[in-house]
Amino acid sequence: MKLDAKIPSGPLERKWERYQLEMKLVNPANKRKFDVIVVGSGLAGASAAASLAELGYKVKCFCFQDSPRRAHSIAAQGGINAAKNYQNDGDSVYRLFYDTIKGGDFRAREGNVYRLAQVSAGIIDQCVAQGVPFAREYGGLLANRSFGGAQVSRTFYARGQTGQQLLLGAYQALSRQIGLGNVKMFPRTEMLDLVLIDGHAKGIVVRDLVTGEISSHAGDAVVLATGGYGNVFYLSTNARGCNVTATYRAFKRGAVFANPCYTQIHPTCIPVSGDHQSKLTLMSESLRNDGRVWVPKKRDDKRPSQEIPETERDYYLERKYPSYGNLAPRDISSRAAKEACDDGRGVGPGGLGVYLDFADAIKRVSEPVIRERYGNLFDMYEKITGENAYQTPMRIYPAVHYTMGGLWVDYNLMSNVPGLFVIGEANFSDHGANRLGASALMQGLADGYFILPYTISNYFASNKQTKAKADQTEFKKVEAEVSVRTNKFLAIEGKRTVTSFHRELGKLLWDKCGMARDEAGLKEALQKIPALREEFWRNVKVTGGSGSLNQDLEQAGRVADYLEFAELLCLDALIRRESCGGHFRTEFQTEEGEALRDDANFSFVSAWEFQGTDQPPMLHKEPLVYEELKMSQRSYK
Amino acid sequence: MNLTLRVWRQKNAHTPGEFREYEATGIVPDMSFLEMLDVVNEGLIARGGEPIAFDSDCREGICGTCSLVINGIPHGGQRGTTACQLHMRHFKDGDRITIEPWRARAFPVLRDLVVDRSPFDRIVQSGGFVSVNTGQAVDANCLPVPKDDSDLAMDAAQCIGCGACVAACKNASAMLFVAAKVSHLNLLPQGKAEKDRRALNMVKAMDEAGFGNCSVTGSCEAVCPKEISLDFIARMNRDYAAALLKGKFHAKAQAAGG
Ligand SMILES: Cc1cc2nc3c(=O)[nH]c(=O)nc-3n(C[C@H](O)[C@H](O)[C@H](O)COP(=O)(O)OP(=O)(O)OC[C@H]3O[C@@H](n4cnc5c(N)ncnc54)[C@H](O)[C@@H]3O)c2cc1C
Ligand code: FES
Repeated sequence: MKLDAKIPSGPLERKWERYQLEMKLVNPANKRKFDVIVVGSGLAGASAAASLAELGYKVKCFCFQDSPRRAHSIAAQGGINAAKNYQNDGDSVYRLFYDTIKGGDFRAREGNVYRLAQVSAGIIDQCVAQGVPFAREYGGLLANRSFGGAQVSRTFYARGQTGQQLLLGAYQALSRQIGLGNVKMFPRTEMLDLVLIDGHAKGIVVRDLVTGEISSHAGDAVVLATGGYGNVFYLSTNARGCNVTATYRAFKRGAVFANPCYTQIHPTCIPVSGDHQSKLTLMSESLRNDGRVWVPKKRDDKRPSQEIPETERDYYLERKYPSYGNLAPRDISSRAAKEACDDGRGVGPGGLGVYLDFADAIKRVSEPVIRERYGNLFDMYEKITGENAYQTPMRIYPAVHYTMGGLWVDYNLMSNVPGLFVIGEANFSDHGANRLGASALMQGLADGYFILPYTISNYFASNKQTKAKADQTEFKKVEAEVSVRTNKFLAIEGKRTVTSFHRELGKLLWDKCGMARDEAGLKEALQKIPALREEFWRNVKVTGGSGSLNQDLEQAGRVADYLEFAELLCLDALIRRESCGGHFRTEFQTEEGEALRDDANFSFVSAWEFQGTDQPPMLHKEPLVYEELKMSQRSYK
Repeated sequence: MNLTLRVWRQKNAHTPGEFREYEATGIVPDMSFLEMLDVVNEGLIARGGEPIAFDSDCREGICGTCSLVINGIPHGGQRGTTACQLHMRHFKDGDRITIEPWRARAFPVLRDLVVDRSPFDRIVQSGGFVSVNTGQAVDANCLPVPKDDSDLAMDAAQCIGCGACVAACKNASAMLFVAAKVSHLNLLPQGKAEKDRRALNMVKAMDEAGFGNCSVTGSCEAVCPKEISLDFIARMNRDYAAALLKGKFHAKAQAAGG
């Protein structure tokens, strides 16, 4: 298979313009003849569904929550980047492009990233017009803050609830189109498979999560906006429902999966408190604008934080990365925290934590100002830990947060399966091996508002379509397969709960394929995962029936997919014999312990193609060609 | 600690439900309320029983999915806290805890503690938006918005749409929810053009969905996890009255002109 990224030729800054000029258009009157299936109603899905409907397409949108407004995007806290240069601090499209490529450790495509930076400014305009109440200065103009991996203030925010406000903006636009009859919304409906006809994506098979009914929906294109797969690790900052099922099912139908091993571990999360833990809570990176990260200089220092004098504290990020300090990128900050804890200098229960201290900031700008900036985060911290972070420093530890990997897409955001588009966190496109803070919201909305509406039109206009119908045999066949699988879970009647398998898998991945990876550990994981999967299919216990609301059954399906997908993740980590961004192989590091890339051998996107159950997947390589930037060793010193 | 739970169990919307008792053992103070239920469910599954169905997703107080009435109070009565953020350190060994779903005519129970809140979506579809298509926006800083207005709009916009306000109200009124959305948009210059239509249409959709009337008891504000103020209800009532008046005036003018 040849993977063609289809990047338009010409100078970087003209590529997107050129694409728009040369693309084929669908005449307004014809648009209503096209049916688009959008799976997901997060930032990417909701913005796409609304924008496509505004253009005149007939859209069906699906989500597993009870309302599109509850997609995981709602939880994003810190902000969204855009190259507006409102602060007059030297920002530009080029700088955002450069920061993103560098932040991604030179493992993303130049063409895609440049376009992302180009459309970023329009996102802010659109959101403000929708009534998103971004933070403002007294003059009434928009406020900005800084985020990790950047030296300019380009992040727009709405208190600590930026994702919520952006999603509500997109949800409102979507609701308007639902009200107008242009979008039909299917909440509490889970996509369980993709249907291809003559090699084209023509629809999906879904399960109604209330009645258990399995049915098909046909369309002229399918858009997956189903988010990331961080929950394969069991514990992550993702919402409980986030899963890999939609993208993994598409993979099994022929879509190639790119860079599955690129997972982001976020440095500032509330540490695990016990075995009962069901998820981890992020403390927004924006806190690092004012909080200082430190650990005691001495090992096993059990004194309470306030009894440790300044001279006996190690502000390790400021020490190691003087120019970025506490705002060093996520992968680097996470590893530095792990190093400090591995060295016996961690704080809190089990020594798995570092301090994030606001005492200096409170002295500098006063407690009310800090409260105004981060009040809700401090409240959340107190609810979870019972501690007041205005008085004692927060304790934080890295946790799985985001997945840069995802289904492979070209410049059109279309996968290798014609008619299957993938947007938002579900694709692999823009963040390389590490995503910068506040750039996921930007990418999701760029894809949904400003890119997909063009590229999907181009697809419709340049491919002759045959209409598919949901009662065609291709659909019936997949429906039957889905039913068989669903009933199989219930028939096993084993001894172990679904969650116990998920927890075991998650722990294995975190230990062997988490913040630091090595060949021996990955090989061990690759041995253990199939064994665990085998046990699952023999010994899992799922109660209840298939014809009603059954959350245990829903979860069983998701965990079964994780048990296959985890292997792909480890395999990808194993073959990538270099360190880059979030992928840190301990065998490949500089003398100072930084990630050591191997551009000569690994500057490619790894794209895996399914070969059949119990067959190893096939690796395809899309070479990454840098025409504009010179690949260099990332330095944040 | 060990607790006794009295939990509402109901097969589906068409079957009557009942309370059943469960023992929750080995609960630790650092668990969230939902993690406590996870532990109970794991035990139930292991014994071959059907787990208690309850909704949750973000588990950090922002998605508005979790929806439990705990000891008679939606979300359990910790100020500004959703059930998923409520921690077991607020309970003590030996407590008996009653857990029920949201109860309101407009929110039928789907199973156990899971209810159907789709009427909220329909209310938003009737006017909870600014009619601006993608691509039609002008530069974001073209229109300065006074910080106070923007902050107040944000206070209202914080609503997570969980429905606790409805569950707490003896009339099952959705006024706080609707007022929050109407106020968020009506306070901003971007929302002004559709101010009247929005108030009229959203109130109409609310009435049609079967929510009760507001008698300003304030029980909604007391349980709101985002502490959304009753003032927004007063504000919406003003917007609504003004819109009604203007509507009458327009109708008269039109009749006179036509
Ligand atoms: C706690 C937290 C804070 C964050 N903060 C920031 C931040 O400050 N700035 C930033 O830029 N990024 C942030 N991120 C990352 C960002 O929020 C996400 O990457 C982004 O919101 C993903 O959006 P999405 O639209 O791709 O997917 P999601 O919002 O995850 O939406 C996925 C949608 O797909 C649906 N879905 C999934 N599977 C199926 C299926 N099988 N069938 C039917 N429907 C399905 C879901 O119902 C949902 O509607 C944060 C992430 C977390 C976890
Ligand atoms: S689960 Fe999201 S608010 Fe409780």
